[in-house]
Amino acid sequence: MIGLAGASAQGDAPARKRRSASRPWLSFLLRRLAGFAAVLATLVVVTFGMVQLIPGDPAQALAGVNATDQQVGLLRSELGLDRPLAARFGSYVTGLLHGDLGTSFQTREPVADVIAARMPFTAELALLAIVVVLAVAVPLGMAVAVATRGGRRRRLDAAFTFCTGLVGATPEYVLGTLLVLVFAIKLGALPAAGAGSVPALVLPVVAVALPTTCVLARIVRREAAVVFGQDYMRVARGRRLPALTLYTRHALPNLLTGTLTMGGLMLAGLLGGTVIVESVFAWPGMGTRVVEAILNRDYPVIQGTVLVLGILATLLNTLVDVLLGLLDPRTLTGRSPS
Amino acid sequence: MIRWTKRPAAGLAAGLAGLALIAAVGIAAPLVWGEDAGRLTGAAREGMSAAHLLGTDALGRDVLARTLVATRLTLALTLLATLIAGTLGIGLGTAVWVSGPRIREIGLRLIDVMVSYPAVILALVVAAVLGAGGGAAVVAIGVAWSPSFARLTANLAASVAGRDHVATARLMGVPPLRILTRHLLPNIAEPLLVLLSVCFAGTLTALSGLSFIGLGVQPPSYDWGALLDTGLDAVYTNPGEALGPALAITLTGVLAGFVGDGLAASADPRRARAARRAAAPEPAPRAPAPGVPADALLVVDDLRVALPDGVELVAGVSFAVRRGEIVGVVGESGSGKSLTAMAVAKLLPEQVHATAAALRLADLDLTAPAAPARLATEIGVVYQDPATSFNPGLRMGGQITEALRRHRRVGRADARRRAVRALTSVRVTSPEHRLAQHPHELSGGLRQRAMIASAVLTEPRLLIADEPTTALDVTVQAEVLALLREINERDGTAMLFISHDIGVIAALCHRVLVMYAGRIVEELAVGDLRRGRTRHPYTRALLAATPRLTGPAGEPPATVPGRPPEPGARPAGCAFAARCPRVLPHCADEAPPQVPSDGGGWAACHALRPEPAESAR
Ligand code: SF4
Repeated sequence: MIGLAGASAQGDAPARKRRSASRPWLSFLLRRLAGFAAVLATLVVVTFGMVQLIPGDPAQALAGVNATDQQVGLLRSELGLDRPLAARFGSYVTGLLHGDLGTSFQTREPVADVIAARMPFTAELALLAIVVVLAVAVPLGMAVAVATRGGRRRRLDAAFTFCTGLVGATPEYVLGTLLVLVFAIKLGALPAAGAGSVPALVLPVVAVALPTTCVLARIVRREAAVVFGQDYMRVARGRRLPALTLYTRHALPNLLTGTLTMGGLMLAGLLGGTVIVESVFAWPGMGTRVVEAILNRDYPVIQGTVLVLGILATLLNTLVDVLLGLLDPRTLTGRSPS
Repeated sequence: MIRWTKRPAAGLAAGLAGLALIAAVGIAAPLVWGEDAGRLTGAAREGMSAAHLLGTDALGRDVLARTLVATRLTLALTLLATLIAGTLGIGLGTAVWVSGPRIREIGLRLIDVMVSYPAVILALVVAAVLGAGGGAAVVAIGVAWSPSFARLTANLAASVAGRDHVATARLMGVPPLRILTRHLLPNIAEPLLVLLSVCFAGTLTALSGLSFIGLGVQPPSYDWGALLDTGLDAVYTNPGEALGPALAITLTGVLAGFVGDGLAASADPRRARAARRAAAPEPAPRAPAPGVPADALLVVDDLRVALPDGVELVAGVSFAVRRGEIVGVVGESGSGKSLTAMAVAKLLPEQVHATAAALRLADLDLTAPAAPARLATEIGVVYQDPATSFNPGLRMGGQITEALRRHRRVGRADARRRAVRALTSVRVTSPEHRLAQHPHELSGGLRQRAMIASAVLTEPRLLIADEPTTALDVTVQAEVLALLREINERDGTAMLFISHDIGVIAALCHRVLVMYAGRIVEELAVGDLRRGRTRHPYTRALLAATPRLTGPAGEPPATVPGRPPEPGARPAGCAFAARCPRVLPHCADEAPPQVPSDGGGWAACHALRPEPAESAR
């Protein structure tokens, strides 16, 4: 499509430029919206189905073994389980459309309020972690690639590979525990739990970010080595640019393309790490809340949290695709929505 | 896949050995330490000591024993979850692959969406349905990991299904399920094995994670995750209680990673093959400098390009390019012609280094570090493949004008104007528009013309063209050649033109250097080449391999029979000896003399005599 637009280009230049520049983004946007709608629909079906899939009689299961028949019956009608499936789904969707995520079985709070209170903490942790991952992994991977190019500095190479391998394989919550051991208990330098102050943020963010940083740094380093060997890098060298220009202007965008294509999903994956790490630091986010809800079989809260986490993950994936599109317009037309 | 060690086999062995040891602990521990792990003592929450290496828990039980005993349950659950993920995923993937195209398309999309979601969130959904507990956690993690297997299976199946023997089996009406078991699964077993070990590490951390947050194994049972959870509560009194399970999880995960990477590396066909090179030969005698013409622009004297181990890829090359002259360098791949050109441009790859008695472009000494601005503007380079020579992420305009703007301090608008003029002169249509485009929006021919425009934008003294037509189709080749000739005639730009195609060389150049195995074997005027008045046996063989000299370039490339010797194994004498039809007994041992020929050139060959007795065919 692009090729055609280029080849058949006639008429005045500015108009043509605008058209060929906006068209891939337009189709990208439409495809993303369609993909988003599909994902949203899937999430709604999955969260709705969650309750329906509870083995046996959900009302009985939720009320507990000691519940009287009357209690079970009440719960059944509260859940609408006495109505046909389609009707239940209908009212679930209608509720969602009105921003009504139901009411917590346990605390009787509206789920929307629960999420509104919890989400900022999870989002804060996850977004900060993403920033840290990108801000550390990319320069680190590039620096190592520059230092070891052409098989130089084998020691550094081995040390980098070993350290990133070790830390990259450590689960976030294990790392979090170890960080608490060292920095909160042995050194007493940082708070071990709680939220609300900047120092309290440090350990959770590091715990979430560090393993992914290591894995991503390795990807960056490998991609950088590939990019450094490309013809266009030799051409750029031929223009005798300063090293910084060479690496940032000519290499960085291209190695980021490869890195994000391979490692982009890891950014949404940070959300999963966040959910578990919250337990280490008693972080008042959605992760600790959903665990509580699952233990108490508080389904409205579970449904709402999973829905919101799913949407957050989709947003992160979309963000990665937008970044990719900015870095390399070719990806706008090629990638499948996810 | 991530590579952990320089030697994947060692990593693989270490990983397998370590895992086997842990598995042995898993089997033996409950029998050996089961009692210790359950025994309540009065010494609750004691720190680490000789009696209790990792201290005791809230009920006074030995943490080390509990950690060791927990190995069995942890490994069993992890294996089970991996098995569920594998079976479910491979089943799903193959089901998608065997079904019709419509369902396949939808299925693949769905799998993609599932893979893009954090496994933890999927696991939470399943755990919510089944309630907290070890069994539920296993199913949850198994289900959450299955999309990865499904995607790998579907992708691999699609690639394997395209192969001939599978297609044949399909045509012959072999039922899909049979194709699957007979042809597909065996072929994709290796990557699946890699994914299985990666998945094992993943499920281990995820399962322990679920237990850690209280959704997995419930008391009184315990796995590492559950131990870590209680350990974290007691972390102020006895750090060992958290340390034990933390290290156990990490160690097992790392070992599984070793196995996965080892498998991946051994399955990777591109594994490094350490090419063993012959010991470096003595440097060949210095090539005598030819009479340097007075109007020489580029002077190359005894240029050598060597690998770090001393093997010379270019072994003493001397020539000159006059102002306004197009000198062609022809030879097979590996003859050192491109390295020669890149040495002149000071753009050699980092692994090799060049030395020369003299290397000079007008007053610019290229043997010494030179001012970047002069190098960038006085030497223009046109590269072989226009498809890969432009940065895909940057607009054409920025790339074309980059040297001009940086080194000549030309402003944006002015640079743009000049670029438009240059593009117009190389007959690029709607040049303004091209500057705003990305490389992939242009055809190969357009890109190469843009490359030429970019190279001449700084009005270089010398234009180096390294196989500039090789990647183009025939008609575009002719256009590009005409363009170069035009630039040469209009601006008087001297050129060093590299090609393996003697026909292209004959069509464009004024003077021709024939290179073989790192040396120039013949130099001749293009008229002599066109008339077939060549003297060196190698040049003749090259000519004989070219069907029609003056015809359009790009005839099917015929080749000279045989291969040139490896750079490390070149004979002391004539490197062509092994392939030469006129070879004499002493050819391989004695360096051939440079024998002058009528047309002002020379050829290095024992079979020639100084007098022009050698008739031209
Ligand atoms: S020197 Fe001998 S081997 Fe070499 S080209 Fe001449 S005749 Fe052939």
